Amino acid sequence: MTPAVELLAVDKVFPGPVQALDGIELTVGAGEFVSLIGPSGCGKSTLLRVVADLEQPTGGTVRVSGKPASQARLDQDYGIAFQQAGLLEWRTVAENVELPLQVHGVPKARRRERAAELLEMVGLTEFARSRPGELSGGMQQRVAIARALAPSPSLLLMDEPFGALDEMTRERMQAELLRITGETGAAVLFVTHSIPEAVVLSDRVVVMSPRPGRITEIVPGRRPGTGTELAPDDVEDVRESAAFFTAITDVREALRKGHE
Amino acid sequence: MTPRRALPRGEGIGAAYLPPVVFGVGALVAWQVLVVALGVPSFLLPAPSAIAEQVGAQLGVIMSTASVTGGNALIGLVAGFVIGVALALLAAWSRLFGELATPVVLAASAVPIVALAPVFTTMFGSTTEVPRQLVVTVVVVVPVFVSTARGLRQVQPVHADLMTALAASPWQASRFVRLPGAVPYIVTGLRLAAPAAVIASIVAEYFGGQQNGLGSRISSAAANTAYARAWAFVVASIVLGLLFHLAGLLLERLATRSRPA
Repeated sequence: MTPAVELLAVDKVFPGPVQALDGIELTVGAGEFVSLIGPSGCGKSTLLRVVADLEQPTGGTVRVSGKPASQARLDQDYGIAFQQAGLLEWRTVAENVELPLQVHGVPKARRRERAAELLEMVGLTEFARSRPGELSGGMQQRVAIARALAPSPSLLLMDEPFGALDEMTRERMQAELLRITGETGAAVLFVTHSIPEAVVLSDRVVVMSPRPGRITEIVPGRRPGTGTELAPDDVEDVRESAAFFTAITDVREALRKGHE
Repeated sequence: MTPRRALPRGEGIGAAYLPPVVFGVGALVAWQVLVVALGVPSFLLPAPSAIAEQVGAQLGVIMSTASVTGGNALIGLVAGFVIGVALALLAAWSRLFGELATPVVLAASAVPIVALAPVFTTMFGSTTEVPRQLVVTVVVVVPVFVSTARGLRQVQPVHADLMTALAASPWQASRFVRLPGAVPYIVTGLRLAAPAAVIASIVAEYFGGQQNGLGSRISSAAANTAYARAWAFVVASIVLGLLFHLAGLLLERLATRSRPA
């Protein structure tokens, strides 16, 4: 199968000059969940934006679903969720979910159907006609994820989507996200600065160091039920397992190494 | 949800509106008493009772002249609103046009309407309402343009990224994000322009043309030393201005409800 993302010797230099990314080599397999973790300013968000074709790399090759990043963006091969939900507050929840389909000229009836499907998946069916302002932060973020999934992308890009949520909501959202990605089979590139979050969600945790942004180490994560049927309960088991704490320690040490 | 200014609990609307109403009535009574007690001549200041009497006597004329002045204000308001929004849209889409048009529109705000009105009246002749409507249009364009342009610039970075990620065309980005996002700013511009439209409409009548509006009646009554009658038309002008102000306020409320501030 074509890998979801292939990055070959990717550099990004911002005028200044600031070397944000230096020689990034990374492949995200189809259906794989990969987290990018590192201290602020390590370029993890920049890397995600390069994959999304929101920033142009100054060197190297970026391929998404086997195509150049710009073509993948035009083809809607990825869905994206940001730290802020970024919902359009003048549209209803369902209309927000429909937005990517509307931009790409999907007929209204089909859009409605798909939005209803997705809202059921994120458990917000009863809020379809509400305005985003009436929803809690966690619910808004679920709407944003549903919106990202609307065109059935094979890749989901997420930039600290749970960063602004409280710890309890955050853990619930992580379980939700695992269930959803299990159902859709989409690969995920997930930016976070939370070690437990990266470990519990991921197949692989990519640890980055700042100035210049480099990959220092790739640690195996503890995504529950990988390759088998996924049960939400597994997440709680994982959080309490010894292997989880070992992985957390590994990531923490890799982060510390990057700082020296 | 839009945070509404809370009224004091229990006392409701009365508590918010009663003090200004009492104050207003008190001021009228004081005015009446002073005019009568001091024997102020009516060319200086007619008593409220005399003005009220004139309002009653001239009610038919007041209604017809108010509808002419109000009609001019409304036509100019709509025309100025459409032009202001259209110019702001063009300025947002084309940087060159924005750089050319913005200073010109802002300069228009410095043009005193008293300077424009006689020129327009001579240009279009005194038997038509067009010069008056044009004066209103010029006055309205500026605030609508300024606030619309500001609204169109206020695109949240996350929304801009979203539109790029969705590969939306510039027209789609305007339609889905820019324009709806600017609506609160656009209606605020309209709300600010509405009472100014009435003022412009009245002032434009001071410079000739048909004697069918509130402004022309005020100047002719004053010229004929019918001071109480002049004041009656002034009262009608105030009411007309308030009506436009309230209509603008209502539109703004309608357009901005269910939005965060």
